[in-house]
Amino acid sequence: MSRTRREFIKQSTLSAVALGAVGSDWLPKFGYTPQGTMQGAAFKDLCLVALNAARSKRATYADVRIVNKRDQFVAAQEERVSELQDRETFGVGVRALVNGAWGFAASRTVTREECSRIALRAVEQAEVNSEAIRRPVQLARVTAYPDGRWMTPVRRDPFTVRMSDKTELLLEANRVAAAVSAARFVTSSMYFVKVETTFASTDGSIIEQTLYRSYPSMTVTAVATDSSDVASHTSTDIAPMGLGYEHVEAADLPGRATEWAELAVEMLSATAVEPGRYDLIIDPTNLFHTIHETIGRPTELDRALGYEANYAGTSFLAPPETAIGEVRYGPEFMNVIGDRTQRGGLATVGWDDEGVTADSWPIIQDGTFVDYQTTREQATLIAELTGVSRSHGCSFGESWDVAQLQRMPNVSLLPAENDLVLDDLVAATDRGILIKGRGPYSIDQQRYNFQFGAHVCYEVRGGRITRMLKDTAYQGNTLEFWNSLDMLGGARSYQLCGTIGDAKGQPTQLNAASHGCPAARFHDFRVVNTAV
Amino acid sequence: MAEFLTEADAREVCERVMSHSSADAAQVTLVSGLTRFARYARNEMTVSGDASDAEVTVASTFGQKRAAVTWNDLRDTAVEDAVSRSEELAQLAPDDPETMPPLGPQEYLPSAAFFDSTNELGDEDFVTAVRAVTERASSTDLIAGGFIQTRARSEALLNTAGLFAYHQSTLASHTTTVQTTDGTGSAWAGTTHNDWEQMLPPGELAERAINRARQSVNAVAVDVGAYTVVLEPTAVGNLITLLQAALVARAADEGRSFFSRNGDGNRVGEQVIDERLSVLSDPTDPDLLARPFAADGTPLRHTTWIENGVLQNLEYDRYWASRQGREPLLHGGGIKLTGGEGTVDDLVSTVDRGLLVTRFWYVRPVDHRRLTYTGLTRDGMFLIEDGRIVLPVSNMWFKESIISILNNVESIGSAVRVVASESGGLGVPVVVPPVVVRDFHFTVGSDAIQRSELGDVLGRERESSEVL
Repeated sequence: MSRTRREFIKQSTLSAVALGAVGSDWLPKFGYTPQGTMQGAAFKDLCLVALNAARSKRATYADVRIVNKRDQFVAAQEERVSELQDRETFGVGVRALVNGAWGFAASRTVTREECSRIALRAVEQAEVNSEAIRRPVQLARVTAYPDGRWMTPVRRDPFTVRMSDKTELLLEANRVAAAVSAARFVTSSMYFVKVETTFASTDGSIIEQTLYRSYPSMTVTAVATDSSDVASHTSTDIAPMGLGYEHVEAADLPGRATEWAELAVEMLSATAVEPGRYDLIIDPTNLFHTIHETIGRPTELDRALGYEANYAGTSFLAPPETAIGEVRYGPEFMNVIGDRTQRGGLATVGWDDEGVTADSWPIIQDGTFVDYQTTREQATLIAELTGVSRSHGCSFGESWDVAQLQRMPNVSLLPAENDLVLDDLVAATDRGILIKGRGPYSIDQQRYNFQFGAHVCYEVRGGRITRMLKDTAYQGNTLEFWNSLDMLGGARSYQLCGTIGDAKGQPTQLNAASHGCPAARFHDFRVVNTAV
Repeated sequence: MAEFLTEADAREVCERVMSHSSADAAQVTLVSGLTRFARYARNEMTVSGDASDAEVTVASTFGQKRAAVTWNDLRDTAVEDAVSRSEELAQLAPDDPETMPPLGPQEYLPSAAFFDSTNELGDEDFVTAVRAVTERASSTDLIAGGFIQTRARSEALLNTAGLFAYHQSTLASHTTTVQTTDGTGSAWAGTTHNDWEQMLPPGELAERAINRARQSVNAVAVDVGAYTVVLEPTAVGNLITLLQAALVARAADEGRSFFSRNGDGNRVGEQVIDERLSVLSDPTDPDLLARPFAADGTPLRHTTWIENGVLQNLEYDRYWASRQGREPLLHGGGIKLTGGEGTVDDLVSTVDRGLLVTRFWYVRPVDHRRLTYTGLTRDGMFLIEDGRIVLPVSNMWFKESIISILNNVESIGSAVRVVASESGGLGVPVVVPPVVVRDFHFTVGSDAIQRSELGDVLGRERESSEVL
């Protein structure tokens, strides 16, 4: 991968929806001091209490996370505020390694006594668990950060914005949408998360981080005049982001409500798609999700090794010894990175949840699969194959009450070095379908065979959009799909989208990850009509 | 400090929270307890853990303005702050014309859902259960992974109209996936109950998954199209929870649901599924054992949603009930699809040619209004000929309306409690039978599980006699 591509993420001015609100400047990754947070010396002291307790009972490694997580959901349905919820959870979790086996314990009571007690509980469990392991866990080396600090660079903390400003914005958006004839039901919402974590490990790190995520959304449902049909349009072009309230302001729900309502009405009279093979022009608002499912998930090393076989699934990209450097994922101009540094990314952090600095690395290079997503214990398993001995920093625990596991970073398809935008791809297509927005989908547990629906789509004939289609999904398998990629947009068509509800693990934990990509075209791919 | 609050302790906390309230009306809910888990994969324990929590939600109402705040710090200053925050948010909220006054004191049915057998499991018990599976798997050259989860918790509710409700429960689940080392075979088994002793013993669970994993090796693709299928109880459970979510009066009355009647109102009184099937909820049913009250304190009782195929009831929340002149009727108390007689094997023996489906995966909506879903089969599908399983079959996508499935039933087995959630963790109690269904549509083949091996990255570090 050329340096130009590697550095694209950091240098580009991304789309208005994605990062326009915060511009293209980068704050320093480290040394950014959270202001007004509840983290401080007292938490560091409590962390050390837990670590010392674990060490005193033969733990060879332990880490502790004191987490305060606050989220807020505000929703309006037509002319009323339908949800107004604010949740805050605070507690401490300790993970201990004894005889190469893990144990974990957590409590909402964050006192010296309780920190010590749960550390000992984690050790007790690890000791018992070591009777049932076959291979002792080995952790990749990590640099110690005794005073690490990082904060999502937000311009406006969503939790300091007046609630009345939020509800008024939603109700105004609903009023605008409802003014469109046939728009019968309107819902709009805002979701905010703030996670403050103090992390410490027996490897010498003490790290404070404050992360934010913001997600405005709107759905308009139109009903046919004879009530025979309904169609809903959701603002799938507005992504959840690792940003503050400035993302809500930039999304401009009231300003775009009419457009979305009119799309919902138009969807009622869309033409059913004729099944067959088409050139697919896929907008980033749809393609991001396909990247999530067909690249993000199968390149998780724990899946590939069978650790998630009982729920989230395995991976077609296995075993690692025959996959790394061998699997031709797509054309030579296809480059995909794992990344935890991109500004605005949902998975962007200073350090992961076991103290590894945020990384950015190639997953697919010049069309070939080259590396997985890893944590410290996973990195050691494939170091000989990849030549990479450090973790890529993909450890994540949703909150204080769950043990960390490997989770997806931002996984993004890099744009081509050209000036092409979506319209150029349409103009270059004689017989195709333009697909926008995330629709219904289904994919097998190895992330190989799939069906991805469109939220909105259009017939393309002779380089022009001719009419709206409905009930459209593309269907095939991961390698067939990516190898049919024949046109890739440039940086001007790049957009960072993402999802906040990525489920994995037992107990299930929800992760948030962004996926950037340009508009792209896929040659002669299978399309089905989902209504047939 | 495991935080399982007794009724007296829970009442004290709720009253202490309420003492800070100055709202016109308020409701406090409190959930406390200990959740435990053990995970295993590749025939070894990967991690176990426990988490102790007590979470309070206060919903404050001023006139028609309301808001809710949830937190888990029970110290006085935090309680005062949280109640104050909920009132501040509520006063900022616009009027909500659907705001209902709090419910007065209610009588609840007893639901004995707490079992010491679950609550008193020790660390060694988890390890013993895990080894009962992993050692069986490794001794037969197979790979097992799985998940055990338990919880003991109490739930309390207090409101300004004098209603106090309390319920305590335990719940446990154990699921396992067994695969062949070459990656060509995979099978799943699961068990759940409030009472650990009433679940399948770990060894038996392992045997089920092991036997099916062996049978599933080298599956072959069959043509897509309409098949007669035997749906195992778990597969039926995957679908029935989606049906329950659609049994809502408001969506039906507003024309947004399958249960909307063309033109006006809903389909209560109409035949909607096969006349041999009934769908009910009951928090006191020994098979279900759920909290006997809804989130707002509304009592949950034995409710027949569909009786002999005829839609009898839809959910009415308190607002919609008052608007429609009805009594409130809320979901809760689990879900049960009444069964017939016979095991899965009995049903298989009645099928001349068809497919046996263990469970579904990634079931996602295609058309809400028609209750049409798509998804994949997972962890075991088999061709049936002349009443016998003859061949493992590759996974396939289906696309079907749940209503069509429940109208195309040929025969029905005995209902059992199943792990119905895709995550394999604790969930709503679901009791369903296996069923034989005709004209079940598979749309596309999928060769998932037959594509890859799990690899030898870990094996390099082990003794050659060890089996992954």
